[in-house]
Amino acid sequence: MAKDGAGAGGAPRTSLLYDPAFRSIAFQIVLLVAVLFVGWYLFHNTTQNLASRNIASGFGFLGQPAGFDIIQTLVPYGQSATYGEAFVVALLNTMLISAIGIVLATIIGFIVGIARLSSNWIVARLATVYVETLRNIPLLLQIFFWYFAVLRALPGPKQSLSPFEGMYLNQRGLYMPVPVTEPGFWTIPVALLLGIVGAIAVSAWARKRLMATGKPFHSFWAGLGLIIGLPVLAALATGVPFTFEFPELKGFNFQGGVVLIPEFMAVLFALSLYTASFIAEVVRSGIMAVSKGQTEAAHALGLRQGLTLRLVVIPQALRVMIPPMTSQYLNLLKNSSLGAAVGYPELVAVVAGTVLNQTGQAIEVIALTMAVYLTFSLIISLFMNWYNARKALIER
Amino acid sequence: MNKLSQFTFGALLALGTVTAAQAGTLDDVKKKGFVQCGVSTGLAGFSAPDDKGEYKGLDVDVCKAVAAAVFGDATKVKFTPLTAKERFTALQSGEVDLLSRNTTWTLNRDTAQGLSFAGVTYYDGQGFMVRKSLGVKSAKELDGASICTETGTTTELNLSDYFKSNGLKYTVVALGSNSEAVAAYDSGRCDAYTTDASGLYATRIALAAPDDHMVLPEIISKEPLGPVVRQGDSQWFNVVKWSLFAMVAAEEYGVTAANVDEQKASSANPEVKRLLGAEGEFGTPMGLPNDWAYKIVKQLGNYGEAFDRNVGAGSPLKIDRGINALWNKGGLQYAPPFR
Ligand SMILES: N[C@@H](CCC(=O)N[C@@H](CS)C(=O)NCC(=O)O)C(=O)O
Repeated sequence: MAKDGAGAGGAPRTSLLYDPAFRSIAFQIVLLVAVLFVGWYLFHNTTQNLASRNIASGFGFLGQPAGFDIIQTLVPYGQSATYGEAFVVALLNTMLISAIGIVLATIIGFIVGIARLSSNWIVARLATVYVETLRNIPLLLQIFFWYFAVLRALPGPKQSLSPFEGMYLNQRGLYMPVPVTEPGFWTIPVALLLGIVGAIAVSAWARKRLMATGKPFHSFWAGLGLIIGLPVLAALATGVPFTFEFPELKGFNFQGGVVLIPEFMAVLFALSLYTASFIAEVVRSGIMAVSKGQTEAAHALGLRQGLTLRLVVIPQALRVMIPPMTSQYLNLLKNSSLGAAVGYPELVAVVAGTVLNQTGQAIEVIALTMAVYLTFSLIISLFMNWYNARKALIER
Repeated sequence: MNKLSQFTFGALLALGTVTAAQAGTLDDVKKKGFVQCGVSTGLAGFSAPDDKGEYKGLDVDVCKAVAAAVFGDATKVKFTPLTAKERFTALQSGEVDLLSRNTTWTLNRDTAQGLSFAGVTYYDGQGFMVRKSLGVKSAKELDGASICTETGTTTELNLSDYFKSNGLKYTVVALGSNSEAVAAYDSGRCDAYTTDASGLYATRIALAAPDDHMVLPEIISKEPLGPVVRQGDSQWFNVVKWSLFAMVAAEEYGVTAANVDEQKASSANPEVKRLLGAEGEFGTPMGLPNDWAYKIVKQLGNYGEAFDRNVGAGSPLKIDRGINALWNKGGLQYAPPFR
């Protein structure tokens, strides 16, 4: 037999089964067919079972009127809003709290993480206590704490605290004046946009000049000046095209202005403080991963502590920090679903809670909710991967 | 239950080939030896654990009546506490055999959600509770109020309808369970708390200072509350439906827990004889013993007795019979003939 393989003359007569290229293609086809079959089987079975149980199916319900109200809506949600619109409202509420939460958690996390490494004993201890307490108490409890403890501590609407003129804090939330636009208002956002573009251009130019000539330029202050100055100029030039609408106590509650509801504040505080305790650890370990020689070298070159941290240590630490930071951001996004516990109208509360219950279409609603979290998570991951690639060490 | 069960439900629907799972609930129940009954997480008088941890209430008695009919033993029930938004998935997925949890009979639930309502345990309507210090005497004065309620209920839908149709503004704080909604109201988050009137009575007496709160006179909706089963299992549907009717009929004919033996032995009324199984074969077609209704009344009393004991004159709630009186006493409770 072995002689056959060595084939005198003609092509080796090995079976097609032993051909690696063929095998790999064949396996992939078999796998694909199997996956498709399982998918079809699950889908078919589900629809059959739903039909036999007389449970409505399909996504038609999204066009039906919802009939319930939502406490916080970033887009108009009127009298005859549909389930689809309720979905959008909830989606935006989830995005709002996650976005603000990520920014706050990052800022607090950086401060605490750096403070933990401070040579000032008290500062370092306080930061340690912060981290060890907050990351060891379940998030849900923290949300309840902020919600119920703080609600009880605040006064009713008639005895509102007023830290500033036109701002009121009570059990119904934090009421603030809101600008009401007048004709010509469009110049202000346009000026703001120009300011931002200008600031980016200035900093790019400054960096180029620094690299070329070694002359530093205060691009931060110049940029800030542009971002604030241009809109202010635009406002003055067009005769201040807006007025403020102040909240007013009418009947039992304040009307007018904008309000940050207690549900939003409780969930935001809890989410950002909790996540910040993890980010602080990420920051601390990131900084510690940068060799001490780097700091010593920077000091030897005469850089002061602040500059050393900003120019030498943090840029290198970022490389270590980005991957674990990504998972903290993903956690925060997913944890925002705990807002449902205190009635913050995010995706799980409104869609997987109310909409599911009112329509009874568990499969569709849960699939929709999972799809949203998956999409958001993938977007955050992609962004962080891109950022990571940019920051990664480029060997020269 | 919640997320996990929704997930399993999905998996079940996707993987299960046995569509027969929904038929034959009675056989399943007999096989496992008890009725799994979905009740509320705690609503005094309707379904709430007492200090020994045993569930008590009018809704609980419906579960027990079904157990008495099937097993001749009212204690063969296990309870699953469910919040408003969990309840239907729990029933649809087969986690419970029966849902007896102040659930309103509506067109959509009865048709599109794969549920069937087996009767009305309590005719209710939605109301509002406010702090007396608010100085409000009518729901019409609630313009601009902040109102707490439980999510996934008819309550939040009626609330929206009522304020719209009266041209009033409000903000709704919708929480995931009754205890959270009440805690939010109690801590001052809301000016008013709204739910079924029965729920308002039950909630008010559980507050720290019940006398500081009052229920407003308006009833803004119809809330017929009753037991629910899965659609498409008519045998089980009949068992639940007629267990409830048996209690109502017993009240109508003056049969009580105390006199049921005597009535069974010597009643001159043929309807009573049929009801208690002394005459005819009325249990067999349902898959029950012929004395099923006798067992119910013997162990739980008639509808009037259950009402008084749990929510009426003999209970802390002291709710008036009102529209829940028998049809021949000016109310709506009515059982079809036992023949
Ligand atoms: N009858 C209404 C509302 C029923 C309901 O869930 N009411 C609340 C407020 S009283 C309740 O009983 N909650 C008890 C719980 O969450 O366990 C419905 O069927 O939608």
